Amino acid sequence: MAKSVKVYSTTTCPWCIRAKQFLKENNIEFQNIDVSGDQQAVDELMQKSGQVGVPVLDIEGEIIVGFDREKIKSALGL
Amino acid sequence: MQIYDLIIIGAGPAGITASVYAARKKLDFLVISLDIGGQAAWSGDIENYTGYQFITGPELAQKFQEHMRKYDIVLKENEEVLELKKSGDVFLLKTNKADYQSRSVIIASGKKSKELGVTGEKEFKNRGLTYCATCDGPLFSAKNVAVIGGGNSALDAALQLEKIAKQVYIINNTSALGGDAIMRHKVEEAGNVAVFNGSQVISVVGDKFVSGIKIKDNTGVRDLTVQGVFVEIGLVPNSVFVGEVEKNSKGEIKINLRNETNIPGVFAAGDVTDVPEKQIIIAAGEGSKAALSAFRYLAINKF
Repeated sequence: MAKSVKVYSTTTCPWCIRAKQFLKENNIEFQNIDVSGDQQAVDELMQKSGQVGVPVLDIEGEIIVGFDREKIKSALGL
Repeated sequence: MQIYDLIIIGAGPAGITASVYAARKKLDFLVISLDIGGQAAWSGDIENYTGYQFITGPELAQKFQEHMRKYDIVLKENEEVLELKKSGDVFLLKTNKADYQSRSVIIASGKKSKELGVTGEKEFKNRGLTYCATCDGPLFSAKNVAVIGGGNSALDAALQLEKIAKQVYIINNTSALGGDAIMRHKVEEAGNVAVFNGSQVISVVGDKFVSGIKIKDNTGVRDLTVQGVFVEIGLVPNSVFVGEVEKNSKGEIKINLRNETNIPGVFAAGDVTDVPEKQIIIAAGEGSKAALSAFRYLAINKF
């Protein structure tokens, strides 16, 4: 079963673009949450990750801050 | 261990352009970089890169990357060069992941944001304090934010944030804003930007996240309630890993017109060098020069 993957991002952040590109290259389906101007989504992001910054990946509840390729790989079992 | 013709350190405008030229010269080379696009990727609106009347930083970085892909350039991403040494006529590079060897090197490692050095800066980094308005700006919609600095990058940040945030404060430690007149004018026109000239940040305060800053001018100390702090006080060159190469007082690598450093075989390009003016288009041009110089060096030495 594929793991549920959420990406909290903005359209302008370079590492968000890289992170999403990485997921696509590995054929991982994900839900993109554009937090720009979405206060509720920003609150959710801050509460989950304890910080204010994007990207944040939520892989089956495992929170990864930033585009950390190794952590993402290990969370996805790649 | 394989000895490459060339290793390019950095994948900003200078490093990427150098890599395209090196690929077209059919050199056996690789690119080692922490990121792609460098500072260009963090820029807001770019309106002075010829051929693009308007493009954003992330879009231009994407274009650069597509250009690299076209030539199947080997890129070691998320990798940081920690040491560069010469042994005979081979260069030894140590990164946080592996060791490499090459006959020549182009240093195009750019610059990074200077830190404020005040209480609370480290503690609240990524908890409201950031060095990248392009990345994190959209998280502060309808909030109060402070931009620290008074040059072009501070004005650029303020102009990005002015569209998003409720109130933008600019904290500038000189008597008047610097930067380009056209940008200063835009800042003055914006209804929700207040400028504090002659002011210094003393500390960043908050609980779990930033809740304010303390600033000081010659009339005393003032508290500002802000949820976001954007530090834009300038840049320092990423040149510490090369001990032996000659640098100026700012830490920028000294180069001549051919992008040669004082060490034969080591070339440098872009913002990490003492080239006058730091611009995307200049860095790109310098990168191409450095690659052609490296090619000439390899040919003359018959490597």
